[in-house]
This record gives sequence, C-alpha cells and structure tokens, in this order.
Amino acid sequence: MRRWCALSGLMCQRAIGGLIVLLFVLHNAQADTDSQLEARVMQVAEGLRCLVCQNETLAASQASLAVDLRAQIRGMLAQGQSPEEIRDYMVARYGDYVLYRPPWRASTLLLWVGPFVLLIAALVWVGRHLRKRVNTTAATLDPETAARADEWLGVPPSVTREAGGKAASQGAEHRRTASRGLPS
Amino acid sequence: MKLALGHAASPRIWPVALIGALVLLLGLLAAGLRSGPRELPSPLIGKPAPAFQLQTLQSPQRMLTPHDLRGQVWILNVWASWCTACREEHPAWVDFAKSQRVPLYGLNYKDKPEDAMRWLGNFGNPYVHSLVDGDGRTGIDWGVYGVPETFIIDREGVIRHRQVGPVTPQILRDTIIPLLQRLGP
Repeated sequence: MRRWCALSGLMCQRAIGGLIVLLFVLHNAQADTDSQLEARVMQVAEGLRCLVCQNETLAASQASLAVDLRAQIRGMLAQGQSPEEIRDYMVARYGDYVLYRPPWRASTLLLWVGPFVLLIAALVWVGRHLRKRVNTTAATLDPETAARADEWLGVPPSVTREAGGKAASQGAEHRRTASRGLPS
Repeated sequence: MKLALGHAASPRIWPVALIGALVLLLGLLAAGLRSGPRELPSPLIGKPAPAFQLQTLQSPQRMLTPHDLRGQVWILNVWASWCTACREEHPAWVDFAKSQRVPLYGLNYKDKPEDAMRWLGNFGNPYVHSLVDGDGRTGIDWGVYGVPETFIIDREGVIRHRQVGPVTPQILRDTIIPLLQRLGP
C-alpha cells in the first residue's frame, strides 16, 4: 500500500475513505437523477396513448413502438424540452388520437357533451312521465268503482269517504270534458 | 281543449324522440364497429414529407433525402423482414413495380440489413432503393405505428395518401392507381 500511496499511513487511509464516500455520493446522485427522469418520462407517457395496443397508455404498454416512444420522450426531456413540446411533437406525427384525454374540438363535441345531453333528456322524460302518472291515478277513481273496491276489500266506507269523494268529483269532471266533443 | 291537446301530444313525442335517439346511437356504434379502429387518420396528409437522411440497403455509402426525390410522384412502403403482413402484400408490389408507373421506395423499418437483403433475395425486390431505418426514428417522424404502411408523395413533396396495413391488388386498382393518375407522372 505504501508503494502507491505517496502520503503517510493515516493520511492515506483518510484519503481513500474520502474517495470512497465521494464515489458513493456521486453514484447515488446519478441514480437519483435517473429515477427522477424516469418518473417524468412516465408522467408524460401517462397522458399519451399507445398506438399499437390502443386502450393502453404509452406508460403501461410493452409494445416495441411504446418502448421506442418512451425512449424518444426520455431523450427530449433530457434535452430540456417541456411536456407540452413533447405532446405537440407526438400530435404532429400521430394526430389527436395519441392523446389519452381527447381535446375539445368540433369533432369531439359529441364525445364530451353527448352523455350529459342524454342524461338531461332522460331526466326530463322521467320527470314528465312521473307527473303524468300522478295525475292519472287521481283521476281514474269514480264513485262506483271506489265503492266496489271498498266492498271487495272489505273496507268500511267511512275510511275512504273523504279521499274517494275528492277523486270522484275529479273523475266526473274528467269524463265530462272528455265526452264533450263526442257525438252522443 | 288546448290543455287536453298538449297532454295528448307530449306522451307520443317523447317515446318517439327517445327511440329515435337510441336508434341513432346504435347506428353510430355499428358504424364504429365496421370502421376498423386500427386504421388511424394521419395528420401528415397534405403536409410536406418529414425530412430524413438515410443510407440505402444496397449501397450503404449513399445517403438519400426526400429532397432527392422532388419533382416526381413516389411511393414509400414501410417494410421489414420480420413482418408477416409485408410478405403478404409483397407480390402486389412486385407486380406494381413491373408496371413502372412511379418509383417505389422502401423504408426498411427496425430490421437487420443482412436479414432484409436475404428477404429481398428470396421474394424479389420491387424497390428502387430501400432506406435503412434501423432504430425506427424515421418511422416515428412519419407517424408509423405498424408495418406495413404505404405513403404516396406528390411532385411538391407533399404526402397525399397513407395506407395502413397490407396493400392488396384491389386497393392498388381502386385507390392507389387512380390517385397516381390524378397526380400525374
């Protein structure tokens, strides 16, 4: 050891120790920036679609084109390009399709708005239907039917007298309006 | 009377409208099923051919760029010896090359030159030149996402058509040759 270390024993040990620590720190720092870069590559790739296996993101896919495109993203990030620049680069080559979140365009309007339009239409329809049903159930009981129903059900007439009476008058009204236009 | 009319009209209109919307949606889905989701539209149609500077398979010392091909209509066919669909479309290109309509260039995509040479030796070489894209970078620039793909470039160096997947004699007859006739020699 003394032959190649020009310093005295203790100094030499310290110098070697220091060198080892320095190498260790440098190695860790390198691994750190590598994993940081990799995380950024994956972040960008999450927003892009794999063109071969179309329901996967570029980050999830193991297709060879996806591997190539991730390498391209890595290279561009290492050159200091922003995620937006990388996305533009991909869109210029592969079109909007490469974006996992479709952008707002005239051509994608139906895609974005369609489900909400359908939902609102369905709600309006259900609302109208329910309102109509409330009206019709109130109007279908005429006094004879109510009385017969009471009889069959064995309910004493006094219990339903009030509600039945109201419905009966409505029913009578209804029949009168309905029969007005008919030749008798 | 007016009120009665309104009541009579609304229950008839709504189900019809909903069924109409449903039929429309089903039609849209059916069209989606038929329209081959693997064929993506290219944003490069109508744009200048992306630049490259590549060696050719036959003469590695010679570099070729799109600029060298200006002033003529030409076809770029992306192929590889490992690609089975390329093997499928190959006879159609060999036949096409015999007709000598326009020059056919190959882009040998992510292939080993020796494999590519052997493949051309076995099945015939319809290409004026095959450009060597060993790492697939030129393929990325052209938006290639699978092999084979075919591009038609006009005299101004603008991409006019892209065909994804193997070319068949029908596609050549019905799509590619009529387009070439429109673009002129």
